[in-house]
Amino acid sequence: MADTHLHSASFVRTEMLPEQTPPLTEGGAIKWLRENLFSTWYNTLMTVVSLYVVYWILSHVTGWLFFGVWDAGSLSECREIRNERYGEGTSVACWAVLTDRWDQLMFGFYPPEYYWRPVLALVFFLVAVAPVLFDGLPRKMLYMTASAPFVCYWLLWGGTIWGPIAVAAGFALPFLAARYLGEILGKLGATIAAFALPILYWLLLAGPIAGALGDAMPIGITYIRSGDFGGFMLAFIIGITGILLSLPLGVILALGRQSDLFIINKFSVIFIEVIRGVPLIVWLFTASLLLNYFLPPGTNFDLMLRVIIMVTLFAAAYIAEVVRGGLAALPRGQYEGADSLGLDYWQSMRLIILPQALKISIPGIVNTFIGLFKDTTLVVFIGLLDPIGLSNAIRATTDWNGVYWELFIFIGLCFFVCCYSMSKYSQWLERKLRTDHR
Amino acid sequence: MATMTDPPREAFRLSQLIYDTRYRSMTIQVVAFILIMSALFWLANNTVQNLAALGKDFNFSFLTNRAGYDINQRLIEYSNDSTHGRAALVGILNTLLVAFVGCILATIFGVTAGVLRLSSNWIVARLMSIYVEGFRNIPTLLWILIVFAIMTEATPAPRDFRGDEPAATMVLFDTVAITNRGVYTPAPVFGEGSMALIAVFIASIVGIIFFRRYAKARQEATGEILPVFWGSLGLLVVPSVIFYFILGRPITLDYPELAGFNFAGGTHMRNSFIALTLALALYTGAFIAENVRGGILAISKGQTEAAFSLGIPPGRTMQLVILPQALRVIIPPLISQYLNLTKNSSLAIAVGYMDVRSTLGGITINQTGRELEGMLLLGVFYLITSLIISGAMNVYNKSVKLKER
Repeated sequence: MADTHLHSASFVRTEMLPEQTPPLTEGGAIKWLRENLFSTWYNTLMTVVSLYVVYWILSHVTGWLFFGVWDAGSLSECREIRNERYGEGTSVACWAVLTDRWDQLMFGFYPPEYYWRPVLALVFFLVAVAPVLFDGLPRKMLYMTASAPFVCYWLLWGGTIWGPIAVAAGFALPFLAARYLGEILGKLGATIAAFALPILYWLLLAGPIAGALGDAMPIGITYIRSGDFGGFMLAFIIGITGILLSLPLGVILALGRQSDLFIINKFSVIFIEVIRGVPLIVWLFTASLLLNYFLPPGTNFDLMLRVIIMVTLFAAAYIAEVVRGGLAALPRGQYEGADSLGLDYWQSMRLIILPQALKISIPGIVNTFIGLFKDTTLVVFIGLLDPIGLSNAIRATTDWNGVYWELFIFIGLCFFVCCYSMSKYSQWLERKLRTDHR
Repeated sequence: MATMTDPPREAFRLSQLIYDTRYRSMTIQVVAFILIMSALFWLANNTVQNLAALGKDFNFSFLTNRAGYDINQRLIEYSNDSTHGRAALVGILNTLLVAFVGCILATIFGVTAGVLRLSSNWIVARLMSIYVEGFRNIPTLLWILIVFAIMTEATPAPRDFRGDEPAATMVLFDTVAITNRGVYTPAPVFGEGSMALIAVFIASIVGIIFFRRYAKARQEATGEILPVFWGSLGLLVVPSVIFYFILGRPITLDYPELAGFNFAGGTHMRNSFIALTLALALYTGAFIAENVRGGILAISKGQTEAAFSLGIPPGRTMQLVILPQALRVIIPPLISQYLNLTKNSSLAIAVGYMDVRSTLGGITINQTGRELEGMLLLGVFYLITSLIISGAMNVYNKSVKLKER
């Protein structure tokens, strides 16, 4: 009935009309402008003021940035070229300082004929770290990851190949102890042996073994002292080593702080609060001025190693606080569930608690890493030649006396790229690991 | 008759210390305690041996010796005849000054940027994103050096202000001179009767507090809302202005003026101080902006809608519903940013500002050779400052914690 009625009524349309374009003010760029820039009078005012600010900055900076001089050997030469090209008194950047001192900014005083070594070490590190960062890659690559610390160390510092190999061999001892000593000493004895054997081996055996092997088969590359390291290479070495070492230490400290064991808890709290309460620069001065007091008379070890230790301890205390937040944020039921499954402390931490707690703490952990990487610039105050230290050194030469902005912009840009990509990676990881249903 | 009997008591075996969970934690703690104590003893023993080998002792008497160096920025009286202890105090006050001014500026920058980043205005939001990302991803030290370089390289020298057609002029109605030697601003001169004026000012602040209490009590009793903002503003300004003229303008301003090749009079703020404070404030402000943004976003839209449906006007919604909840999220990270700023003020070394690290932890250590004592005092100062600030944060957290039962 209704059907026939619909068809017989001549005023009812049977087909759709084509959509009409919206009014000019309700679509496209005009609508966007109206909504986002000129919705109210104060919005309009802010837009105008911001546009003026942008215009002012661009008008002052663009020419200086893009018409800079790239080929000169000194600042005075740079100024001559500028006067020739653009006339007297024009203000343009002198990027030539970067091309002229590129090697120094990147490698410090590392011998130029060995520049391939840090480059190769960086490539090796990037390849080795890829399977950890992105789980789509073949798992076989993890063997490379395990070998990376030793390979990179050997490439950077050089010397005999047996040193790193002898140290790496120590890491095999816990597995051997667990497998073969378990039957003889029992589970507990094997655990203690797994901790004690490598330490004894490194303290007593590793040196002589490496020495003996080195005498028998002298394979090695030229040794380079860490005093020659500098520039972004130094920043990367300190930053990456600090990041890699501080994460496990921070997790252990966080577990200590959440622990029910009174002494371990109090010791972790004191350690974390003392480290966090004092600025990094004071710790660095402590490392350079005081460490010799605390070690047996006559010990003297590398300044760079001291810095790495201090930076690691410092970042570990911050990571401990971040991870503690993650541990505290887990619902109580997770801990109780792990207990009711009969898991012991380490099993429940490893299998149930930490994976979830670390996932929650990813943004905080990565922020700490970014902070650590930025803080590597502070080593300039104890005499290491990081990029800022080198920029001071470059400015102190007669050739480049008076170059400020070009160096600052370049260094700032490099740090920005590194830190920004770290924070983008952490956001990606957070999205990937998100398990709640949205 | 069946009786419950205790299970047979086993004799204590030594292996229970390890395999029995009742005793194992004790064992672990004792072992950890012994290890930690022996490590500490090892460090202390080494220190004693090293000090003995160097012929040094451990005492703090150097603090009462003559310092013999000058400090160009100071809040209290100090000359090179003063003691090292006094030099340390000057440094501590300088650190606290940077921290105080820096925290205020950082809060202003951070709140402004955080709110504007949420603005519906596209270009303003983008500009604020650039500010926040730029400062968060580039080291503080670099920013301090950049601001310092701007202050010293891109500003005119005092002699540019001389002559009939000077190359540079003073800003803000000829009262503030920005030069490459620092910023010269007018300084207040307290004449006769200024104490009375200050007393009036303090009295009006007390008056405001009482007025607010009265207004709140009245609103709760009757529902009538008094104009608290305008009342407070009036109380703050009117009595002070009236008394200022009655007392015959006791407080005047001393303007900086060119004298020879430099400015004289007024307050001289050194470039090192300005660069350090400004750079730290901008840097910390970027982090605070993120906290503020997060705090505002954390309040669900339902809160605003509920407040509107109760008939609360927008301004009061913000004041009574949104802000109290957002502040609970914002303030804890805000205070830890203050803490970071205070600790970062030790970067003063980069621009030669005489903070506590430069006096006590720098020149004093170099002159007396007392690294151990100097660094210890320095560390203790920073530690106490941190503990006070984080203690304040804990008190605040307790007071605003959601009362769950």
